[in-house]
Amino acid sequence: MLRKKTNGVARRPQRASLLSKVAEKSVDRRSFLRGSGLAIGGLAAIGATAGSVTKASAQSAVNGAISTIKSVCTNCSVGCTVMAEVDNGVWVGQEPGFDSPFNLGAHCAKGASAREAAHGERRLKYPMKKEGGEWKRISWEQAIDEIGDGMMKIRDESGPDSVYWLGSAKHSNEQAYLFRKFAAYWGTNNVDHQARICHSTTVAGVANTWGYGAMTNSYNDIHNSKAMLIIGGNPAEAHPVSLVHILKAKEENNAPLIVCDPRFTRTAAHADEYVRLRPGSDVALVWGLLWHIFENNWEDAEFIRTRVYGMDQIREEVKKWNPEEVERVSGVPGSQLRRVAHTLANNRPGTVIWCMGGTQHTTGNNNTRAYCILQLALGNMGTSGGGTNIFRGHDNVQGATDVCVLSHSLPGYYGLSAGSWAHWGRVWGEDMDWLKGQFDNITGKDGKEKSLMNLKGIPVSRWIDGVLEDKDNIDQPNNVRAMVLWGHAPNSQTRGKEMKTAMEKLDMLVVVDPYPTASAAMHDRTDGVYLLPASTQYETRGSVTASNRSFQWRDKVVEPIFESKPDQNIIALFANKFGFADRFFRNISMEGENAPNVEDITREFNGGMWTIGYTGCSPERIKSHMANQHTFDKTTLQAVGGPNDGEYYGLPWPCWGTAEMKHPGTPNLYDMSKKVSEGGLTFRARFGVEREGTNLLAEGVYSKGSEIKDGYPEFTMAMLKKLGWDGDLTSEERASIEAVAGDKTNWKTDLSGGIQRVAIKHECAPFGNAKARAVVWTFPDPVPVHREPLYTNRRDLVEDYPTYADKQAYRLPTLYASIQKQDFSKEYPMILTTGRLVEYEGGGDESRSNPWLAELQQDMFVEINARDANNLGVRDREQVWVEGAEGSKVKVMAMVTNRVGAGVAFMPFHFAGHMEGRDLRENYPDGAAPYVLGEAANTAMTYGYDSVTQMQESKVSLCKISVA
Amino acid sequence: MARAKFLCDAERCIECNACVTACKNEHEVPWGINRRKVVTINDGNPGERSISIACMHCSDAPCMAVCPVDCFYQTDDGVVLHSKDLCIGCGYCFYACPFGAPQYPQAGNFGSRGKMDKCTFCAGGPEETGSNAEFQKYGRNRIAEGKLPICAEMCSTKALLAGDGAVVSDIYRERVVSRGFGSGAWGWGTAYGTKNGG
Repeated sequence: MLRKKTNGVARRPQRASLLSKVAEKSVDRRSFLRGSGLAIGGLAAIGATAGSVTKASAQSAVNGAISTIKSVCTNCSVGCTVMAEVDNGVWVGQEPGFDSPFNLGAHCAKGASAREAAHGERRLKYPMKKEGGEWKRISWEQAIDEIGDGMMKIRDESGPDSVYWLGSAKHSNEQAYLFRKFAAYWGTNNVDHQARICHSTTVAGVANTWGYGAMTNSYNDIHNSKAMLIIGGNPAEAHPVSLVHILKAKEENNAPLIVCDPRFTRTAAHADEYVRLRPGSDVALVWGLLWHIFENNWEDAEFIRTRVYGMDQIREEVKKWNPEEVERVSGVPGSQLRRVAHTLANNRPGTVIWCMGGTQHTTGNNNTRAYCILQLALGNMGTSGGGTNIFRGHDNVQGATDVCVLSHSLPGYYGLSAGSWAHWGRVWGEDMDWLKGQFDNITGKDGKEKSLMNLKGIPVSRWIDGVLEDKDNIDQPNNVRAMVLWGHAPNSQTRGKEMKTAMEKLDMLVVVDPYPTASAAMHDRTDGVYLLPASTQYETRGSVTASNRSFQWRDKVVEPIFESKPDQNIIALFANKFGFADRFFRNISMEGENAPNVEDITREFNGGMWTIGYTGCSPERIKSHMANQHTFDKTTLQAVGGPNDGEYYGLPWPCWGTAEMKHPGTPNLYDMSKKVSEGGLTFRARFGVEREGTNLLAEGVYSKGSEIKDGYPEFTMAMLKKLGWDGDLTSEERASIEAVAGDKTNWKTDLSGGIQRVAIKHECAPFGNAKARAVVWTFPDPVPVHREPLYTNRRDLVEDYPTYADKQAYRLPTLYASIQKQDFSKEYPMILTTGRLVEYEGGGDESRSNPWLAELQQDMFVEINARDANNLGVRDREQVWVEGAEGSKVKVMAMVTNRVGAGVAFMPFHFAGHMEGRDLRENYPDGAAPYVLGEAANTAMTYGYDSVTQMQESKVSLCKISVA
Repeated sequence: MARAKFLCDAERCIECNACVTACKNEHEVPWGINRRKVVTINDGNPGERSISIACMHCSDAPCMAVCPVDCFYQTDDGVVLHSKDLCIGCGYCFYACPFGAPQYPQAGNFGSRGKMDKCTFCAGGPEETGSNAEFQKYGRNRIAEGKLPICAEMCSTKALLAGDGAVVSDIYRERVVSRGFGSGAWGWGTAYGTKNGG
């Protein structure tokens, strides 16, 4: 009989059976060092392992002290806590973070393999440059010198706007904030990041509806939902851990889960009702739901009367969307929509969840506003269990959006006006004349000289046009000549082939990333490409904002591996090179040479981001929450006792006032059942107090305990005086307010936080108490309307629902009607859409370099319905060409499935490294290509940008498919 | 005495593959060896369901019955383990296993499969607990550390449950009662000789 070996001496105590262990915490520590060498290198290496699990080098067993360090997963926005076990500087294991209210120990495939970042076999290991077609290792000094000199030359010749600074949602809040500030000090608004192509239409649409452009409730609050409508989202793959919350509501509340999507997604597989709509017909579908709601008087009339502006105009539009018309446009039968509408009406509060399926359209802002209006009509806003739970994509895309790594705003959504610059100038202690001098000027159409400081920059979705467009058509002095891709996967953007051309036309291409990314490989440049190795978030520390607006703190797990440096250090190197480091880091101390103190950066933005309450979240408070995760309730997110008693986990913004004010954070936005001081809120008074004689302020409703028992505008010093509340200000606060703009100082510009403090003392929301607006009169479509995509095969609908006229936006000509008027449907009959897989994230450069993930998805593919496949003569797993309507094509494997409907093809967008059938593995630096390469879906995706935000259209285009 | 069991709740499994990569991460399992995998049936069609599968550590384990060199043993908790020193890579256990659990590092002709590898319920193997030899051959021994299998502990939706069979079936039963239906405790009849929830 086989028995377990022992060495004959007494072993450390072992439990006799499982039973006793389940509930207990372990007292034992591992007594061995885990091998950190990775034993694989593709299928060929398997034979070499000869039966043992790993070929990690033998290490003697020692009783090492293993420390556990908390970080946060760097993939999606759920914010799962990663518990890293570190032994002597080596990341040896991962344990479940059971204390985290967000993930309760759970991970998806990506989070469960986070440790691979520290193996990093395929990482970019040292600075490199491409010279004569060869990758050459260089030093950091040489890299910064050459890049810096090259940029200064471009700056002298063409102005600062010819250098484009593309930042990242993978940055911590501190890095992202520093990056935005850095672009300002360089002197350009040509700075942006992935939020543009992720949820920009959400941020614009939602903020313009009720004040803030963020997820209103939280993943946890879904526990309270009585119904869940997911439209254009596949959280089972994109946010897997969110399903633990969704399924709880489904199982315990019996909450119906309704999934509306062109694909029968993995989320839809768990739904009670699946609604298959034609891609790009979201507004028609939502108006179809509202038609039934209005027809049957299922709307919440009192909520609409007191808290919504413009619903009458919506009613007018919705009248047109009878079941027949909805079916004609969206393909959804009227009887099904009636059932869904009835379900939503009977199960309140319900939540609406959406993702990229709704946002990535030329009409994205219409879609997002339509979803909001649905919730307003049902009275599902400002209540636990309701809300618009917008699942953000990347781990810190909420934070990077909030600190505005965006071409149209300064941190905190202050915009680019002179007043906004003045505000940040005060926070930075900067001489405004000097800062202005960093920027170029341009002569406007009116013949007046304008500073580019106040004009929106080119968005990331259009940077290629900044390079390729005729200089005379661009509203800046010259084309973009140098491109810095700092944590960005180029294959996440449409028009891949034109991007290749743009990359080849640049003077200089700089990639700053833990991995070389497709930017290193997708072009045929022989010179002028620099790769700088950035550390991952596991190799530095800082704060990160989850989708629900909660802050979490990452501690450093391991030292930067290879020659990589944390992003804040790389920014410091450039600031030094450009000679403004002293000004730039005036408020920020250094921990070493070119190593800015992270907490000081947090404190600097704490001092300026009053608009969205990024002010109360001091590093100390965030860290305390992280350390005491177990004290927070898993549904309400509120701490029960402990050092953070009464506060909400992660201080979800707005966390008003200064840290000393101890605001608990706002768990659910616009929830009037709580006091503002305890996390309650009203709709924001952002759009004035009246419109064409109609009151825009709330009608006789107010948050709990409010001393103003009606709607009210946003707070200013003058208003405090009028109310007689200015006496509550301290003399320091008063002096600070006086120094800013006297009576005109408002809740956003008061650097002391006094106005916010006093407003909240009287239980009023600093930003006022208004109605949400269903009609955004400042947008191209004040009432959201359906418009056909630019590339549509429904020519019969183009006449009834045409797109916009061509226009100039964000410095560039933007085409609409001139594309739509051409009929591509004869040659390209199939609809092409794109989306995510669970194993990979974003452009996939990181996750495809992770062998544990790469093994699970080794082939790029296209989903084709069985009917289409048979008509085209395509067999399952056969190679096919998918040619986009602009002529670029990709060679991929066919997956024949009913997951997509007839006439629709779907491709995941995580792959790169092949271009139109050509394998580009040789273009990567040696040993740094991801394990899995494949065609980038976006090579075949086409033109199209949202009418407000320049969001790319990556959810509807046309294609043709043929056997390869 | 507790009886260790796995249960995958097919109403909850979303095929996120966390169990798969958690296992790879925990035990440094090489490319090509899958101690655990997720199988999806009716992929893309209504009724699509996924199930995470590994060695179920059967009560009357067929692998043990057929092994010609007797390399298997079952712990008091019911965990089925084996010795890679004794294994001759014949592959009989693979033919016998109703769950396709046994894995082989080589896929050559003429029986050159190499030593069999499979899920250990995170309980290591016959080498001394916590030793380097145990880790290298079988992976980490979490059970000895008072922890449960990492795949279940990290499951994104808590679909995969592992631990004392009585506790596992209690949790599952509670879920079935609250949602009013269930797809059955998949594989329990085969593995543990009982029908749903036993």
